[in-house]
Amino acid sequence: MIQADLSIILPEILLSLYAMAALMFGVYTTKDKVAPLLTWVTAAVFVLLAAWIGLNGEGSNVAFNGMFHDDAFARFAKVTILLSAAAVLLMSQDYMERRGLLRFEYPILVSLSVVGMMVMVSAGDLMALYMGLELQSLALYVIASLRRDSLKSTEAGLKYFILGALSSGLLLYGASLVYGFAGTTLFSGIIAAAGTGDMSLGLLFGLVFVMSGLAFKVSAVPFHMWTPDVYEGSPTPVTAFFATAPKMAAMALFARVLHDAFGGATADWQQILALLSVLSMFLGAIAAIGQRNIKRLMAFSSIAHMGYALMGLAAGTVFGVQAMLVYMAIYVTMNVGTFAFILSMEKDGQPVTDIAALNMYAKREPGRALAMLILLFSLAGVPPLVGFFGKFYVLRAAYDAGLAWLAIAGVIASVIGAFYYLRIVYYMYFGDEGEELDGGKSPVLWAFLMASAGAMLFGVVNLFGIEGAAAAAAATLVN
Amino acid sequence: MDNLLSIVTFIPALAALILIVFLRGSDAAANRNAKWLALIATSVTFLVSLFILLQFDPANTGFQFVEERTWIMGLNYKMGVDGISILFVMLTTFMMPLVIAASWDVNTRVKEYMVAFLLLETLMLGVFMALDLVLFYLFFEAGLIPMFLIIGIWGGKARIYASFKFFLYTFLGSVLMLVAMVAMYSDAGSTDIPTLMRHNFGSETFSLLGIQVVGGLQTLLFLAFFASFAVKMPMWPVHTWLPDAHVQAPTAGSVVLAAILLKMGGYGFLRFSLPMFPVGSEVMTPLVLWMSAIAIVYTSLVALVQEDMKKLIAYSSVAHMGYVTMGIFAANQQGIDGAIFQMISHGFISGALFLCVGVIYDRMHTREIDAYGGLVNRMPAYALIFMFFTMANVGLPGTSGFVGEFLTLVGIFQVNTWVALVACSGVILSAAYALWLYRKVVLGDLIKESLRSITDMTRREKAIFAPLVVMTLLLGVYPALVTDIIGPSVEALIAEYDLARVEGTTLHMLAQN
Repeated sequence: MIQADLSIILPEILLSLYAMAALMFGVYTTKDKVAPLLTWVTAAVFVLLAAWIGLNGEGSNVAFNGMFHDDAFARFAKVTILLSAAAVLLMSQDYMERRGLLRFEYPILVSLSVVGMMVMVSAGDLMALYMGLELQSLALYVIASLRRDSLKSTEAGLKYFILGALSSGLLLYGASLVYGFAGTTLFSGIIAAAGTGDMSLGLLFGLVFVMSGLAFKVSAVPFHMWTPDVYEGSPTPVTAFFATAPKMAAMALFARVLHDAFGGATADWQQILALLSVLSMFLGAIAAIGQRNIKRLMAFSSIAHMGYALMGLAAGTVFGVQAMLVYMAIYVTMNVGTFAFILSMEKDGQPVTDIAALNMYAKREPGRALAMLILLFSLAGVPPLVGFFGKFYVLRAAYDAGLAWLAIAGVIASVIGAFYYLRIVYYMYFGDEGEELDGGKSPVLWAFLMASAGAMLFGVVNLFGIEGAAAAAAATLVN
Repeated sequence: MDNLLSIVTFIPALAALILIVFLRGSDAAANRNAKWLALIATSVTFLVSLFILLQFDPANTGFQFVEERTWIMGLNYKMGVDGISILFVMLTTFMMPLVIAASWDVNTRVKEYMVAFLLLETLMLGVFMALDLVLFYLFFEAGLIPMFLIIGIWGGKARIYASFKFFLYTFLGSVLMLVAMVAMYSDAGSTDIPTLMRHNFGSETFSLLGIQVVGGLQTLLFLAFFASFAVKMPMWPVHTWLPDAHVQAPTAGSVVLAAILLKMGGYGFLRFSLPMFPVGSEVMTPLVLWMSAIAIVYTSLVALVQEDMKKLIAYSSVAHMGYVTMGIFAANQQGIDGAIFQMISHGFISGALFLCVGVIYDRMHTREIDAYGGLVNRMPAYALIFMFFTMANVGLPGTSGFVGEFLTLVGIFQVNTWVALVACSGVILSAAYALWLYRKVVLGDLIKESLRSITDMTRREKAIFAPLVVMTLLLGVYPALVTDIIGPSVEALIAEYDLARVEGTTLHMLAQN
């Protein structure tokens, strides 16, 4: 019995063991000198694990009496998380090394947070959920303040920690209410207690608190306040990490809690999600207009994008979950490329984040500018780029679920949001002559930028087949 | 060949790809290569598209040259042309080589310029050929990207404002259409355009937020599509992006905008609004007709007081598009025939007028009407050609401009005499502003010192105008060239529209009883 359980959770165990072994290796050898090596090895481990999970995973397996689920949904999320984390690690190596930020703890902390994310998306119990969430968050708090001597970075870490602790508190309070009224922490037990019709007031309260905690993790309005500051303060590679894997994990966890534990009470959480979604879309679109700092701008952009993903989730249907998964996979791919671009923005070796510094970038670096142009239009959701199909998916899900007003609000927000993406295009292509940025030299960043832009352009042919995988994943979650 | 349409559509995109990948450097030789490749690609596209025209059977009112492949999300890649769309395809392929030839003097970022225009051609052709709702939207919206860059990079002084206004205005219009498309997909279970044309969307009156929506779902869908097409057309009062975009765009950009991009709105009304939402169209017809009538008179009056030549022609375009919407929503044979005719003819005439402005702009670098005068003394050939297209724009019999205006007015007269009366006054107003412009710029004594050394048109410029003159005259004296091709399809469209309207009304009455 226990053997079967362990074999189901084997990827997580292996990754934890790897993280510990790497820690020992780093401590007992030359510490920070092995950091570049560790970064590459960790990325390779992520890719191998992703390939293993993606290719070998089969059916729906339950371990530890329902505390841990290994199904197509979890696998879809895990593959996305692992691949994006690997991409971000590879992108950070050069940047951090040149600024003396590359400590050997960095890849290890990332591995640990990835273990946390993998547990999150597989959670079948409130305890497993909390364990995964905290493992992930604690590692993230540390890497947010990786640049210890920078006021902004430490502030970002501290802010993230305090607000994160608050949200964990909300979540725990909600979980305890749920436990109190359902009599169990297992999702399968909660769904039976919640039933399909009216659930008890206490359970409803618990649900709302759990949702608030999770909304904090996906940075949905009104729980988004930490996002711009943390994005701006953290070292850019860490920001890139925040914008990708943890978002996917939190969104998948959101879907799992709502469907596995409260799947019968769609009507109860649908309106909350719809509200979170519409607020996020509009705040993300409007607040980004005034931003000059590209990292803060991307923070608001990610808030808006979370709004669209939540729109898919708000539908409360199989198709809605599928739409959310497709949207998140596309979002993560776009953000990897965009951050590869931001990481290569530097002048005299110093990172530059002011978008005005991109003046006439297209003239000096036509290839990179074109790739960024594609990514920006994709982020704005303009066809024929893949970002459009993500939007189309969630719009369909929302409309089919009777949320036509949400779909209309979403497209209007997307027009407002298009403005600030266009403004970056404006600087790159139509701006005046200004101070020049250095030409980015890192071939790794160049490769990720081009690959991401290429995916956004050529994905129009068949979306690289993620539709089928997302459909299978959604079908196992919602029943 | 059963994928002729795809070949025609993607030749320019292929050329653009070749330019991006293989052309290096920005010296004179590279620029020349980029120009020649673009010219050859657009010419080949035109020649291949002639095969479509030759093999096209006007008597067949269905879609021809249909090709279909499965695509993502249950959508299909489906292309085809019928009597309504084929001439727009031909107009596009015909105009593009001229547009490229007119850009021969561009010297900044030539490669990117040619890439943008080549991609734009692919996207415009796709709009007129797509037979899948989402595929149509894809081409329709994607065209904004190259046009945004064309205005923004190669435009005039206020290009930034104009490009943002152009993009956001049209984007806002079309996202509502996107929601409507999602609704149609959900309602009909398909995005196939021929299937949707046969599908009956609900037309029972219901109440939304306390407002009685006559025509029900059809009216809402109509309005969502209307938001997009009216902005694209552009119709009064959402036309304000057009003068800005036209004035700031480079000459070639203005030509494409006036000759082809504006036609997408009219094409959309004919392809979607009338056949798919007949009841909704009928409910909204009075509104559209009066908006058209106001557009004709109001924008003609605005044109009278312009100081910038391009702006004047831009307002004149809005007025001419007013005839088009009026003709379409007259919904009879003359009206719709006239509307399509007017769109084709306006493509040649307004394109030529913008080229005329480009000719003197290239020499003097100003578009101020006051900066010119007496050009006839130095530029006789130019004066003649400008005169010809001014007259065509006014609608002089014998030019194609007359046929379109006349047919739409005949069409509307049968439906709504008052609108016809107001619209007729536009004919006089258009003569007023066009002739005024011509007198100020070309006639009179040459008193401006700066104009003394201006040179007449070069052989290249004359060669660009020649085909436009031929087409304008040919269609003016023998309009059957166009009406024979579009006639049967328009007839079928009207027959189905009338039938659906009658059915809709009967249902409506049954529901009330």
